[in-house]
Amino acid sequence: MLYRTAGQFKTSYVADQALFTVKQDAFLLGIILLLGWVVFPLTASEFTFQTLLIPILIYALAAMGLNILTGFAGQLSLGTGAFMGVGAYACYKMVTLFPWMNPIIAILLSGVFSAGIGVAFGVPSLRIKGFYLAIATLAAQFFLVWLFEKWSWLYNYNASGAIQVPNLEMFGVFVSGPQAASVTEYYIVLFVVTLLTLLCINLTRGNLGRTWKATRDMDIAAELIGINLMKSKLTAFAVSSYVVGVAGALYVFMWKGAAEPNVFDIPLSFQVLFIAIIGGLGSIMGNYLGAILIVGLPVVLNVVAGTQVFQMSALGAAVLVALVAAVAFLGWVARNGWTIGAVAGFAVLTLIYGYAQTQGFRIDSALIEHINVMIIGALIIFFLIIEPHGLNQLWRLIREKLIIWPFPH
Amino acid sequence: MLNDIFIAPFADMISAPDFLMQVLWEGLVSGILYALIALGFVLIFRSSRIFNFAQGIMVVFAALTLVGLFAMGIPAWISVGLTLGVMFVLAVAIERVVLRPLVGQPDIILFMATIGITLFLIGFGETIFGGENKVMITEELGIPTGDTVLEPFNGLLILQHLDITVVVVATLLVLGLLAFLNYTQMGRAIRALGDDHQAALSVGISLQTIWVLVWFIAGIIALVTGIAWGARAGVSFALEVIAYKALPVLMLGGLESITGAIVGGLMIGILEKLFEIYWGQPLLGGNTETWFAFVLALVVLLFRPQGLFGERIIERV
Repeated sequence: MLYRTAGQFKTSYVADQALFTVKQDAFLLGIILLLGWVVFPLTASEFTFQTLLIPILIYALAAMGLNILTGFAGQLSLGTGAFMGVGAYACYKMVTLFPWMNPIIAILLSGVFSAGIGVAFGVPSLRIKGFYLAIATLAAQFFLVWLFEKWSWLYNYNASGAIQVPNLEMFGVFVSGPQAASVTEYYIVLFVVTLLTLLCINLTRGNLGRTWKATRDMDIAAELIGINLMKSKLTAFAVSSYVVGVAGALYVFMWKGAAEPNVFDIPLSFQVLFIAIIGGLGSIMGNYLGAILIVGLPVVLNVVAGTQVFQMSALGAAVLVALVAAVAFLGWVARNGWTIGAVAGFAVLTLIYGYAQTQGFRIDSALIEHINVMIIGALIIFFLIIEPHGLNQLWRLIREKLIIWPFPH
Repeated sequence: MLNDIFIAPFADMISAPDFLMQVLWEGLVSGILYALIALGFVLIFRSSRIFNFAQGIMVVFAALTLVGLFAMGIPAWISVGLTLGVMFVLAVAIERVVLRPLVGQPDIILFMATIGITLFLIGFGETIFGGENKVMITEELGIPTGDTVLEPFNGLLILQHLDITVVVVATLLVLGLLAFLNYTQMGRAIRALGDDHQAALSVGISLQTIWVLVWFIAGIIALVTGIAWGARAGVSFALEVIAYKALPVLMLGGLESITGAIVGGLMIGILEKLFEIYWGQPLLGGNTETWFAFVLALVVLLFRPQGLFGERIIERV
């Protein structure tokens, strides 16, 4: 009903291949943009900015970069964290060497450095394929993080070995560093992320995107129909590393404020990979959905587990039950019988957890941390089983059903 | 500079052969452990095409379970038995809950699922046994702890009895495994499945049984590695770094090759130690062991994309 396409006629091929073939999609995007640009900044608290809004955008951007390489061009990479690090260190060197530089320009330029390094580590992809390539990208991961630690020029020889974001000014307003307001940082992140998302959408829809997809689906066949594999793979590495590098610069400059080399270690790479895969490989929107889930879930779990008050834990249990209900609905839409058992199990666990909370069963914070890790691991497996193609695919199924609703076919 | 890179290290090696032997011995011991982890990995990859990232965590998990059970007051050897039981249950659970619903999915999805298993096991292990560093129950298991001092070339060579035990046990385990794979019905079934899934299924080999079996064998290997490594470095999740070390071993040796895993493991163990001592510490500020193996494997792979012992890659459109 909401998505009825009756009356929306396409009279040309151009219209048929437009970005929004269904009017409601454009309307929905308009609402999301309104939320992001106006409603959230006006209503969000400091906590929401720092634990949800800013990290979700940054992680979504990093996942988008990885998704271009892995989802669109089919080259599995496990070195995302290190490439984020290259972006962050490049940005740090630029703003400390050239303090007059506009911070946004510095952030956007820092991606160029990670793109260069990305291409260098992408060269083996011309000969190495599949999991061998994935391990090869780990060489980049471990080598670069080692370099961040040993090459003291990178962190201006300071004693701590960490990079510390200075106060940066733009038009008389602090945009980065300890004195910057969260809302300014949020707007800068949002601006950069919107810009790069637009870029990625258009790149993946255009000529370059099609050569990537052909390379992904079967590189030998792609080569036979005249696609230059070297160009295709290396541009994928370059664009991907650029986006990832910018995400890394934002990660340190707009969110963390300081970073040690081990921040960019392998867990970060995996976190970004989870987001890309749970969101859906080969999609742009999926990165946002994945980031919301992976970043948001621990926050929800922490808030739930961190409150010992009776009402709050009841509220937490309600939130979890709502989450389970949402997952169950998605599973129902995906028509996977296996889901029911998993959801039931999850619901029972939630109830036990909620009950333990109401009984004043105190859980220390280390234990909560461990339980969070466990739950996230279980959820990854769970989501892979109910929909291996990710949240984006779930949304597509829902949308298809809404378009033909109330008819089944 | 050139002197530092090409001449000085070799001069050092020749002038102190006893130290060189010490370095080689230590490289050999860690190489054998890398080979063991890689072996569990290869078995799973051959029989199910699953790139099992969780192998390293299974090492930690097995070691944690063993220490945790012992801490509950269960005698050491019974704890070992119980840990094997836990690893078996784990194998069955992974096959039922994770692999069976995901059968036929793209490789990367299964790979992600094993990362999910990794996270789950980390969280689960820490929830039950706590996250703090633990001491492996070396003496209770009857593993000798002293050392033997040899004096080759009028120098000094210290062999930890623990390391000798590790080498002997690992060698026996590898030989046993090879015998199992070559001379028993089950072992042949595993190899058949590795060669051709469809053909293996059509002669009546049960995929499910083999998968459980393979994951259980990987679990046994994980326990042995866990005891050995835990005795050297303590038991905590920091041990998972050795899991990453198994990956370049696999690249070097080839994902399907058992020989490759063993040879690659020994090569990487010895070469990275040599590089660290003679080139890394004097020239690069040390701690090169984190990446040396990967870069070595990368360079080898540029010339042999399927690894040293991997099956030749034939691509068709």
